Amino acid sequence: MDIPILKIENFLVVTIQAEMSDDEVLKLQEDILSRIKEVSASGLIIDITALDVVDSFMGRTLSNIANTADLLGAKTVVVGIRPAVALTLVELGIRIKWNLNTALNLEKGIEMLKRRIGT
Amino acid sequence: MGDFVLSETEKRISINSSADIITARGAGREMAKQLGFSIVDQTKITTAISELTRNIVTYTGKGRVIIKKIHSDVSKKDGMEIICTDKGPGIESIELVLKAGYSTSNSLGLGLSGAKMLMDDFNIKSKPGKGTRVTIKKWLR
Repeated sequence: MDIPILKIENFLVVTIQAEMSDDEVLKLQEDILSRIKEVSASGLIIDITALDVVDSFMGRTLSNIANTADLLGAKTVVVGIRPAVALTLVELGIRIKWNLNTALNLEKGIEMLKRRIGT
Repeated sequence: MGDFVLSETEKRISINSSADIITARGAGREMAKQLGFSIVDQTKITTAISELTRNIVTYTGKGRVIIKKIHSDVSKKDGMEIICTDKGPGIESIELVLKAGYSTSNSLGLGLSGAKMLMDDFNIKSKPGKGTRVTIKKWLR
């Protein structure tokens, strides 16, 4: 399953459309990071509206993507976390280690990126 | 049988690869939905299944999960039980692995402790060299 990575202005937008196996998640991580470098993106939005489960593996991978993207010069915002998923993540104890910026939806995510990058 | 559908009350899934994690999650969510669990509880159950089956794939490579409907004569409540078994190396110190953040595989270390926090009931039996069995339960409110 190849997940499209779209470019809007200087941002990359990735919409996860279905549940992914661990291997697919790791491949996506690689694809996103090489694409950031390729187009010198300054921001990255990952939309996880379609995900009804975010377990510790997915949480860690999203966090890894954000940290690595940061090193490459791009800020990350994760958008579309479902309320039930958010509650589960908090109970799972992930909030302690998960240093991700989140926004309610794509529009708010783009606003947040623009504020953070100052464009 | 008339025109009603008997709902399935037990599912067994072999866990051999990371793709099986998705199958187990799907089966768990379906049963949780069928039993009438709220969306939040469905998500918690599915996430707990994900953590436990990933442990099987990561640490032992091979195991089995049984997902079934249960009933308590004490509380008169229905619920769901998930039993994950493997014949892997076992766990030396259960106390240690249940500490949030403990990990030998560079993950967040939230697998077992996370599954415990998300469910109502958690039981683990492990023998070094023999394997591990984790049983979790969630009751309908």
